[in-house]
Amino acid sequence: MKLQKSEGRYAAALISPALIVVFGIIVAPILATLVYSVVNNNMLSSQYGQFMGLHFYIKALTSGDFWPDLGRTLYYTIFSTVIETFGGLLIALLLNEKFPGVKFLRGIIIIPWAIPTVVNGSLWKLIFNGEYGVLNAILTKLHLFATYQSWLGDPKTAMNVVIAADAWKMTPLAVIFFLAALQGFDRATYEAAMVDGASVFRRFFSLTLPNLKPTILIIVVMRTVEKFKAFDIFYLMTRGGPADATKTLMYDTYLEAFTNLNYSDAATYAYLIALIVALLTLLYVNIMKRGDEE
Amino acid sequence: MKKLAKTLSCGLLAALMVLSIAGCGSKASTTGSTSAAASASGEEVTLNALFMKQAGYSEDDVNAMTADFMAANPGIKVNVTFVAYEELEPKILTSAQSGGYDVVLGDCIWPAQFAKAGLVLDVTDRMADLDTSDIYEGALDSTKYEGRYYGIPWLNDVKYMFCNTAMLAQAGINTVPTTWDELVADAKILKDQGIVEYPIAACYAQAECLICDYTCISGAFGGSFVDADNNPTLNSPENVAALDFMYQTVADGLTNPKSLEMIEDDVLSTFTAGNAAFALNWTYMNASMNDEAASSVAGQAVIAPIPGTDKAVSATVNGGMPLMITAGSKHPDEAWAYMSFLASKDTQSKYCADALPIWKSLYSDPAVIAAGGEDVVNASNTQYQYIVNRPQVAYYNELSTEMQTELQNVLLGKTTAQAALDGLQAQAEELAKG
Amino acid sequence: MTERRLKPHMSRSKRNQRIVEYIFGVILAIGVLAPVLWMFLTSIMYPKDLTAKPLSLIPSSVTFSRYAEVFSSTSASDSGYIFRAAMKNSLIIAVFVTLLSLVIGTLAAYAFARLRFRGRGVLMLLILFTYMLPPAALVIPLYRIYNSLGLLDKKWPMVILYLSFIIPFIIWVMQGFFGSISKSYEEAAQIDGATRFQTLLYIFFPIARPGAIATGILAFLMSWDEFFYSLIFTTQNAKTIPVAIAEFNGKFTIDYGMISVAGILGSLIPVLITLIFQKYIVMGMTAGGVKE
Repeated sequence: MKLQKSEGRYAAALISPALIVVFGIIVAPILATLVYSVVNNNMLSSQYGQFMGLHFYIKALTSGDFWPDLGRTLYYTIFSTVIETFGGLLIALLLNEKFPGVKFLRGIIIIPWAIPTVVNGSLWKLIFNGEYGVLNAILTKLHLFATYQSWLGDPKTAMNVVIAADAWKMTPLAVIFFLAALQGFDRATYEAAMVDGASVFRRFFSLTLPNLKPTILIIVVMRTVEKFKAFDIFYLMTRGGPADATKTLMYDTYLEAFTNLNYSDAATYAYLIALIVALLTLLYVNIMKRGDEE
Repeated sequence: MKKLAKTLSCGLLAALMVLSIAGCGSKASTTGSTSAAASASGEEVTLNALFMKQAGYSEDDVNAMTADFMAANPGIKVNVTFVAYEELEPKILTSAQSGGYDVVLGDCIWPAQFAKAGLVLDVTDRMADLDTSDIYEGALDSTKYEGRYYGIPWLNDVKYMFCNTAMLAQAGINTVPTTWDELVADAKILKDQGIVEYPIAACYAQAECLICDYTCISGAFGGSFVDADNNPTLNSPENVAALDFMYQTVADGLTNPKSLEMIEDDVLSTFTAGNAAFALNWTYMNASMNDEAASSVAGQAVIAPIPGTDKAVSATVNGGMPLMITAGSKHPDEAWAYMSFLASKDTQSKYCADALPIWKSLYSDPAVIAAGGEDVVNASNTQYQYIVNRPQVAYYNELSTEMQTELQNVLLGKTTAQAALDGLQAQAEELAKG
Repeated sequence: MTERRLKPHMSRSKRNQRIVEYIFGVILAIGVLAPVLWMFLTSIMYPKDLTAKPLSLIPSSVTFSRYAEVFSSTSASDSGYIFRAAMKNSLIIAVFVTLLSLVIGTLAAYAFARLRFRGRGVLMLLILFTYMLPPAALVIPLYRIYNSLGLLDKKWPMVILYLSFIIPFIIWVMQGFFGSISKSYEEAAQIDGATRFQTLLYIFFPIARPGAIATGILAFLMSWDEFFYSLIFTTQNAKTIPVAIAEFNGKFTIDYGMISVAGILGSLIPVLITLIFQKYIVMGMTAGGVKE
């Protein structure tokens, strides 16, 4: 009993600096935003200042925008998270091997991640440009396409272009985390497995993958949260276009707040985003837990 | 755990205190004037002003104007901040009520919204200081909301047509088109003769520039987005015809299909690379187009008024930028003194090299003509008579985002002009109710 | 080492593996470097060549004038000068954010991962939840608070603001690393009579080091890259690189050349820092048998 009490005090001492900084800054705006979502703060509304209850939540969930926005957000989130996690894992496994040139690869892998998003968005917008983009120049030179394609002007391809640009920059994050995790592995177990003659795949599925589970969970949750909140890349590359093909929940939140001055609608969207992400996180954690029990 | 609970409750308390400031953002609506006394009593007043980088007057110009103002008004000190265009709106929205800036430069589509939201001050009474009859109506009107003025137009800009006359001459055409029918006929000839694959480059991306181009074309077809009382008229036959026309030029391959990803600068680049014969764009394109270092068509293209139809001689869109006083400003009198100094005829004629003035009388001034460029001033003299403002309604920005999406759907062939505009009309009527 | 033992008579499957590794490695190198190379070319190409159609991949002439512009401009209103100042601001802010968030976040993460106390789960969720709310919605009330306290456009309030969303992140990531460390270490240390803090300092920190360095790089880059808050809260004295880069764009214009210069220069510092610290991630652990 006594031990547990002192453990609680010890935990409080270790946690309180973080709590002070985080909640000290963020609690007030979070509560203010919550107030905005139930008290009309739409600057142009005739009902400004009135208590609206759950009106804005019902309005959001029944509006024509929310569900298509959510669909696009999920598409973007799922595809880019999967690409980054799998790609990151594959690359990390490669870079964890020893072969000539691996040091060079480990050195350059970080570069895309270091390029500011503002630049990354513009860079890929330029590369994919329909009129003078280098990708079109290469593809037509290789005779893969007869004419220049409008990658960002076609609703069918625009979102994939954004995903590609984003994955190029952010996959190194997963690589670095997987590499760090792989370093912590028990070499002795591996060597034993090798002596036993276990194949590469066998070793991967029976040893590497289970050990990487916590890292996978960290990365998947981290990327899901970031993807749901992604704003810069859409702002820079597509502005939600063409014909709303890349309009995500977050981009709509920005439009509601900074173009339409509907702070209440924006606040409501913000809470819905956070709730969805929280649910997804719980889902991931549970899937991982169930996997452990099996 | 006690400590944790204590920390949490402290945080909550602080939060609630701040909430009382944050939650009830007071909507200022009065033209408060509390500072005249301050400056009269000899105390120095400090103004903060927000300007834009990379367009219009240079930073050096604005700094020089400000220095002139401070020299003439020893009691007032002005701090100027320059931000990118994209930063202006979020900066104004977050700061206007607390008066972080006193004078702000804004886009001409914002005053109505800002006025309704109580972010900027009514300056109608102060406008009596100015000779408003000498200001171009189109520019002046953009600062008006429900009969009141909320700013002084300062940066003047409209769209023009740019035309590669060398390409036209190659096809044996010696006149610049003055109607859209002529333009389309010329474009067909250029395309058929293989002189240019896509004769028209347009900024039809999901952005405000799409609405700017549509404003010009709808105006030329005799349409408008709102009537005289600012009631929406989006699905008028003229607007439908204009949008059908835009769609048809894309479908016929006369307008570059990549226009759906283009904003102004992409249009400029396509044109200066010699891959378009016609384009609509703002004044800045004239200088870039004739800059040998950046353009392959320098000296081969001209600036001209935007074509019309039998319903209208021409129509262009106002792209000016007014100066406004924020609702939170503690010194509205000094703020007005400063911005009316910046917009004065003296200042505008002195610094006319980078931006054309708002004053009609200055356009006959030889110094202004020389500095602005004869071709631009000539085109402006015609073009300024046909300025159309995007609707000066508080809900315009929201309507615009809806329009951008729907117009793109039409241009992509996903829906018809009639259906899209009917839907937009219904949305606009809903928005108009508030 | 296994590898050395295998080398003299490299098995066929090992050789196949090597070939796959090389092919994959080459693809990876091209995938990473080609866009970077294009960014570099964009930074030295003349505007005319950049928008030509058909585009020539190897420009006939190049110019380094954009780099000169960044390094030589002395007027405070030049975007080059502003960019240099922003680089300094970004570096100061990012270094403080990284150090502070690592210390504060790691301590909390350890407590969440290894200690038992009431409300642990709820508190962890609350902290994570703060991180899930998008900044676009929080920024308006935050601005009002910062403005009323006179904290706008100053570096240290930006550090604290960044800490408020980077710390939750670090707690989340680091508690994962701490959580995967075997209990036997802790027990062994306690049997040896080590205090709890000694256990943390001498057992947990060294084992979690690769993770902590990866997390530190992440914190640095999050701070270095943050755009939205900086856009709203800074104007001059605390303006960071992403905002300075965005200012190369005009109302209607996109200056791809200058943005590319900024991209090259803006990624140099993070790349250097990462290269220095990456050594420690991949250097490996002295002790094996970390996992349960």
